[in-house]
Amino acid sequence: MGKDTAFKEREFSAVGTRPLRPDGIDKVTGRARYGADFNMPGQLHGCILRSPHAHASIKNIDTSKAEKLKGVKAVVTRKDFKAKDVDPSLLTVLDNCMAGKTAFYDGHAVAAVAAIDARTAKKALQLIKVEYKVLKHVTDVDEAVKPKAPLINKKCFTKGVDPVPAKASNIAAVSEFGHGDVEQGFSEADIIIERNYKTGQAHQGYIEPHACVASYSPDGSADMWVCTQGHFDFRAQCAGILGMDASKLRVTSSEIGGGFGGKTHLWIEPVTLALSRKANRPVKLVMTRDEVFRASGPASATSIDIKMGVTKDGTITAAHAELRYASGAYEGGWAKLGAMTAFACYDLKNVKTIGYEVLVNRPKTAAYRAPSAPMAAFAVESMMDELAEQVGIKPIDFRLKHVAKEGTRSSYGPVYGPIGIGPTLEAAKNHPHMKAKLKANQSRGMACGFWFNFGGQSCSDLNIEPDGSATITVGTIDVGGARASLALVVAEELGIPYQQVKAVIADTGSLGHNDMTHGSRGTFASSLSAIDSCRQAIQELCKRAAILWDIDPEDIAWEKGEAHAIGKSKGNLPPLSLVNLAQSAEKTGGPISGHSQIVADGAGVSFATHICDVEVDQETGQTKIARYTVIQDAGKAVHPTYVEGQFQGGAAQGIGWALNEEYIYGEDGRLQNPGFLDYRIPVCSDLPMIDTQILEIPNPNHPYGVRGVGETSIVPPLAAVGNAVSAAIGVRMTQVPMSPPRILAALDAAESQ
Amino acid sequence: MSVMVRSKINGDDIEFVCQPDETLLDALRDRAGLTGVKEGCGTGDCGACSIMLDGALVCSCLVLGAEAEGRSIETVEGMANGDQLHPLQQQFLQHAALQCGICTPGFLIAAKALLDKNPDPSEEQVRYALAGNLCRCTGYDKIVRAVLAAAKQMRKA
Repeated sequence: MGKDTAFKEREFSAVGTRPLRPDGIDKVTGRARYGADFNMPGQLHGCILRSPHAHASIKNIDTSKAEKLKGVKAVVTRKDFKAKDVDPSLLTVLDNCMAGKTAFYDGHAVAAVAAIDARTAKKALQLIKVEYKVLKHVTDVDEAVKPKAPLINKKCFTKGVDPVPAKASNIAAVSEFGHGDVEQGFSEADIIIERNYKTGQAHQGYIEPHACVASYSPDGSADMWVCTQGHFDFRAQCAGILGMDASKLRVTSSEIGGGFGGKTHLWIEPVTLALSRKANRPVKLVMTRDEVFRASGPASATSIDIKMGVTKDGTITAAHAELRYASGAYEGGWAKLGAMTAFACYDLKNVKTIGYEVLVNRPKTAAYRAPSAPMAAFAVESMMDELAEQVGIKPIDFRLKHVAKEGTRSSYGPVYGPIGIGPTLEAAKNHPHMKAKLKANQSRGMACGFWFNFGGQSCSDLNIEPDGSATITVGTIDVGGARASLALVVAEELGIPYQQVKAVIADTGSLGHNDMTHGSRGTFASSLSAIDSCRQAIQELCKRAAILWDIDPEDIAWEKGEAHAIGKSKGNLPPLSLVNLAQSAEKTGGPISGHSQIVADGAGVSFATHICDVEVDQETGQTKIARYTVIQDAGKAVHPTYVEGQFQGGAAQGIGWALNEEYIYGEDGRLQNPGFLDYRIPVCSDLPMIDTQILEIPNPNHPYGVRGVGETSIVPPLAAVGNAVSAAIGVRMTQVPMSPPRILAALDAAESQ
Repeated sequence: MSVMVRSKINGDDIEFVCQPDETLLDALRDRAGLTGVKEGCGTGDCGACSIMLDGALVCSCLVLGAEAEGRSIETVEGMANGDQLHPLQQQFLQHAALQCGICTPGFLIAAKALLDKNPDPSEEQVRYALAGNLCRCTGYDKIVRAVLAAAKQMRKA
């Protein structure tokens, strides 16, 4: 970015404290406006008709009766998205939001209605007649790769293999990573273990369903109010799908009721906009929970084959993984991320991973917190425990023996800078939890996890207000406390109290493009931009002080929120505060501000180690989490309370994935559990307190040392719980979720052997 | 045929008109303008729409708007006393017991229902009393701590 972003040791005054969040009062009093809380005058109610079939050709859609129903103002199908309007790179995004000739999964949108009220809209949906020809379907990832599996996309010729196959298959892409010679490595091994691991399909489970209000004006411009993790990306994609200039679509993000990656993709938004365009009225569309499960995007279901070799003295000689990730009916790059992250915690001489992106008749896979990493970690970290046991080394020492460190070439390519995996393992080894004696019926497990962290495009405005307070305006969504963190960073940089800073999320008309909140980039990238904006503003403030004092700006230093004359003038002039300078701004050149636009490079990678104690009821197969500890490198923790919150929340999601959460499909290819009753996420009585330990290993590429913190905490729990459960029942669990029936089945199988 | 409903909401006499098949959740949000009551599932599984109906904790998505006739309703909008936040609201802020905040109104109402009955609950009692409310962000740790702290604050008052 051409700016000095290098980490410098410093004493912090604001960063690292724990003030109340600025948006807190609105959120505890019910005033905060989320996606479904926004309304427009004259707004219509939107509803979507969805395929009941897992795989079907759409022969005909007759909307005539629905259109004639009193109160119906618009009906749209794929025909309303003109092919000539659609940016070709967004065709599959559109195809998922509104099916073309084929419905690819139970829940795939086929038509939509806007009517004067919900009742009329629902009635209209029943009047739409869709003629389907049901096709053979496949929902299981291992079934889908078999040669005789029903073909989902006739044009799917596997990418990433040379030569490109002549025959279409359900394998959309293959990606390979690694170094060394694994065959040689296996030949040096004394013990080789091969195993298949499976993970169920988990949903992000945000409590707020997708919601959107779109208002398309006859002049070709439009407004959208939506719950999203990235309103600039939503603008670009919606405009690209509807054939609009992006500048004519203004998107305002609402408060967001959880996303975890699921709100980085379009689902209902282009449909809502098309309904508004056709009806010439504002349209509001809110998904039901059933629709969220069936038709938004969960994480991949996976099947992973791991083979690892080790010498008798406990040295890993080779590690190999083949990872099959189900991606729904569209390619998404998910297997690649699994293949990259699988062995990232370790320093391995010979390592190879191959990711297979597999098409299935399930909803399109979406990002879910450290996407694709938890499944790969489940396989690798389970295997690490097994190997440790084989060579008679404690699991934590076995990991420490192979831990990646500064200078290690990672399994996915780059050479690491200063990283925290070793320190998290050391901290785990010394943690009271690790040393605590287990009760009679308890077992302990541990596991490590890695996530890259992203940077990307950010811009921000820092405005000094007439009263001497400051407003920081960013365009990266606040999903869970970022405004507090950014206000702390601005307070730190300007040297003013936190209470005098207001952090605002701009709409797409008020600031340049900002990437979405994903990849743990929010606080890292926005704070980098905010610091830069502050430094621009400080330069300007010093110039203004120079005008007032009639001295050289070089003779002015900014300290603790005040301009100080230094050099020759030192001592004679009392400092000028931000308030002084703001109030005299009209005389010195007008409003004072700073602006920054950057591509934030150098997001520091992130590692964690988790420790988990469980009690397994061998009669019922029920697992209780007795104690849980998260140890993670956060870089500098800007607001430690919210860093802890990220650690705890990710762990809880991972525990749910490990023990209960899973999409269950029937023989008919329909989702059997599209509701919170049957897709059971952890409730309050399922969990203990979740202890946290924040390590602060500075990211060398951020002035304060900030890394991303949001995602890594979901990576270790599947294996940490799995290792604890396996120890408890004396059987290696190779499939999550480890629901009671699976645990009982594993016990029965072990007994009958 | 619409139904006219007269009820007491957060101490005020409120009249609204709704459809006979309309849920109380929709009526509160769309007719009475109380959008602090949230819909997470519409099937009584998530607790985001929790309200007090004649002193009983209910999911407003499982009650019809017409059933509110002549009854008393409390929502999150009625918890604070003017600019004085309820101790639960204060402690939720203090403990960072919310991240996205969509489940917070339901948790506050459910926690208040607990503390009205049991001013000194154990951690386990808090966990079971709140088991009908889903939070996906926090892992519940800070929520439980906030409720225990609010209980303590209220006992001292």
